Amino acid sequence: MKYSILLLSFTLLTMNLSCAQSTDNKIDTPTEVPFSTELIIDELQIPWGMAFLPDDSMLITEKSGELIHFKDGKKSTVSNVPAVYVRGQGGLLDIALHPDYKNNGWIYMSFSSEGGAEKGGNTTLVRAKLDNNSLTNSEVLYKATPNTTKGQHFGSRIVFDNEGYLYFSIGDRGDRDINPQDISRDGGKIYRLHDDGSIPEDNPFVSQEGAKKAIFSYGHRNPQGLIKNPVTGTIWEHEHGPQGGDEINIIEKGKNYGWPLVTYGINYSGTSITDSTEMKGTEQPIYYWVPSIAPSGMTFVTSDKYPDWKNNLLIGSLKFQYLERLVLKDNKVVKREKLMTDIGRVRDVRQAPNGYIYVAVEGKGIYKLIPN
Amino acid sequence: MKLFFLTYIPSVVFLSIFIFQDKELEESIKRGADIYTDFCVNCHMSKGEGVTNTFPPLANSDYLLKKREESIRGIKYGQQGPIVVNGINYNGTMAPMGLADEEIADVMNYILHSWGNKSDKTVTPEEVAAISKE
Ligand code: HEC
Repeated sequence: MKYSILLLSFTLLTMNLSCAQSTDNKIDTPTEVPFSTELIIDELQIPWGMAFLPDDSMLITEKSGELIHFKDGKKSTVSNVPAVYVRGQGGLLDIALHPDYKNNGWIYMSFSSEGGAEKGGNTTLVRAKLDNNSLTNSEVLYKATPNTTKGQHFGSRIVFDNEGYLYFSIGDRGDRDINPQDISRDGGKIYRLHDDGSIPEDNPFVSQEGAKKAIFSYGHRNPQGLIKNPVTGTIWEHEHGPQGGDEINIIEKGKNYGWPLVTYGINYSGTSITDSTEMKGTEQPIYYWVPSIAPSGMTFVTSDKYPDWKNNLLIGSLKFQYLERLVLKDNKVVKREKLMTDIGRVRDVRQAPNGYIYVAVEGKGIYKLIPN
Repeated sequence: MKLFFLTYIPSVVFLSIFIFQDKELEESIKRGADIYTDFCVNCHMSKGEGVTNTFPPLANSDYLLKKREESIRGIKYGQQGPIVVNGINYNGTMAPMGLADEEIADVMNYILHSWGNKSDKTVTPEEVAAISKE
């Protein structure tokens, strides 16, 4: 008897250990939160990305193609914005400032564009300067090919690392069996460039014939979160899974993140995509969501304004319409918390240089989290 | 056996009339199914069931079935603000998706003939073209 209890507990223990992740699905909703929210910019449709300028003004991309400048409490529309291909999930998407924006004035934007031989559109990265509420010196740094009329998965988040490399994401463009695993094609990739769009000599596939040389990692589905871990300097990403299987990954050079060979999700129709959740040669996420929360936007909290949240992750949920706080320990999620319940589809979340956190919500606008 | 013929034969006859007369509708529904997977399924889900309190259902939706013009307008230009679907309040945003009139007709025909939904009138690109923003 004693022996069998021992055996049983041992079995249970190993079962528990062999589980990739033990905190599935458990999310706490706190009764009291250390902040209140203030809607600082209202009447926005789909505010996709935000950037904070040194003069305390803000730039906000509207998916419909408008770039909004919010200064001294007033909204104005920036002119001379490149023409965007608004279809499905495509439009004017992310925005980011050069780390040395103060001196060089470069603003980076991603969007879906037409142009080129085929019908449809694909993800494009440009940089430009803001002068007198108009964009000038506009340069296309990358344009994914081929165009397609598919409506899904443009990816598009932009981030710089500590060495000045620029990273951006492109989703699989609705062609999961063709794009993500093929490094000679665009789509389903994280890319790395120099700030002027040139390709770093030490990119992983520069010497591989036929490869898209800007690729940094591959096997992604639709990454709409891409940030720098302020402590380690590494690039963190999240991506939409199909039905279930949204992931958080730490992006490493030349690695394969598995889509669609491995996934924790299934097709929308309920049928399976693959039986595998793990495979040699592919990376495991550090966290995955089942069911999907449809993550968009992400930030690490580092400021002193929210002392209890130091080095936590904040991630928006489009599907369940809240802001998720994730507490990490040794690159594992040890606690999840639901904030701003039912606020609306959370598209973006960022910590501004002033230390405050701003949250972009579809159909509402930009909220500022004010600590108690 | 008798019962078999009584039900089987008429349904075959009915089906073939339906298929031959409405080959065009069938084709449109087929194209519409692809549009649906590309543009709609992530919110309205694969059986048109939606997501409770967030994305309204299309399966047996009284809104879709009774407000044909409003439904087309919503898909064409986007839909925002409070609406009631099957007695439940929604106050969300569906962004315009940039679909061509033919594509909207196709996806409308698909959702009007799926998951138990029925409609006697085929949606045509001309009907979609005629609907303005308000
Ligand atoms: C981003 C999520 C999203 C996508 C994608 C989307 N919808 Fe919607 N849809 C909504 C929301 C939210 C509403 C309700 C809007 C409101 O509250 O005013 C809605 C409303 C509707 C309605 C009217 C209400 C009902 O349930 O009958 C129809 C019809 C409809 N959508 C069809 C479509 C079709 C067809 C597509 C694809 C071409 C599509 N939608 C894509 C979110 C979406």
